[in-house]
Amino acid sequence: MDMSSVVEVTANPQIKPFRVGDTVRVAVKVVEGDKERIQNFEGVVIKRRNAGTSTNFTVRRISNGIGVERTFLVYSPRIDKLDVLREGRVRRAKLFYLRGLTGKAARIKERGRTRK
Amino acid sequence: MAIEGLLGTKLGMVQTFDPKGNVHGCTVLEAGPCVVTQIRTKERDGYEAVQLGYGTKKRLNEPEKGHLQASSAGNVRYLREFKADDIAALTIGQKLTIDMFKAGDRVDVTAISKGRGFAGVVKRHGFSGGPKTHGQSDRHRAPGSIGSGTTPGRVLKGLRMAGHMGSKQVTVKNLEVVEVNAARGILLVKGPVPGAASGLVKIRHTKPDAPKQR
Repeated sequence: MDMSSVVEVTANPQIKPFRVGDTVRVAVKVVEGDKERIQNFEGVVIKRRNAGTSTNFTVRRISNGIGVERTFLVYSPRIDKLDVLREGRVRRAKLFYLRGLTGKAARIKERGRTRK
Repeated sequence: MAIEGLLGTKLGMVQTFDPKGNVHGCTVLEAGPCVVTQIRTKERDGYEAVQLGYGTKKRLNEPEKGHLQASSAGNVRYLREFKADDIAALTIGQKLTIDMFKAGDRVDVTAISKGRGFAGVVKRHGFSGGPKTHGQSDRHRAPGSIGSGTTPGRVLKGLRMAGHMGSKQVTVKNLEVVEVNAARGILLVKGPVPGAASGLVKIRHTKPDAPKQR
């Protein structure tokens, strides 16, 4: 049986539709003791896995010269909002090849632009 | 409640979020509907219990047909006995549904664990095995010494060794019911449950005096 339909999920309207290759800013609620604050994580979406309530995506960024990847659950109430900063045009669903690239080589073309 | 639980099927696992935003792995169970097929009484059987039928199969053999005639339960696949507080409140042929469970309840789930075949000592008993390096050959998953020498001159009984693992009855106690979907007959229980998906499970209410866990 398909497990993905068992639990009802409500999409967070603050999460804008995004695709792999897009540069996004994810606002995550971080709980510290009894206080809660919002932390932003900005980077390129390198994968998305659709799986009902477990639907998740991974964002990669270079932080202080070190590659950092963070995976988020789309339906998690801990995600406050997601904004798409730049739409990327990519030709595959998983951008793991970016892990081996840095700097200029790791650029992604922008989607929707007309060719020169 | 009159009866302690129901038969059901393990369907698989999902992740759910609690109000705090924490993620929990939950097992999806189908519970019931079950039919009361027989009532065991103190006078006739020496103990009190209720036999429930669950599931369907293509055909019944003649003894099964005869047994199920009284309850007109149809082609029931599984028959299992449950304890009941008040067998007088139950009648043969009565249908029992998921309604006896509600979110927040505690349940014990009994099922046959996945078979692991003839398993070594590392998998079966959690032994550490031998060193991986320093000139070891064929010692990586070995059990080590299994006893002394001439005295006692035998291996002690009950020593943990390799052998058949799994495919036996396992009960997980005190699982929290996270959600009940009565329309689909589906139950969500926090944490894993023994056995493979589509396997038979026995879901029973945890006794109220059971120690609090988890």
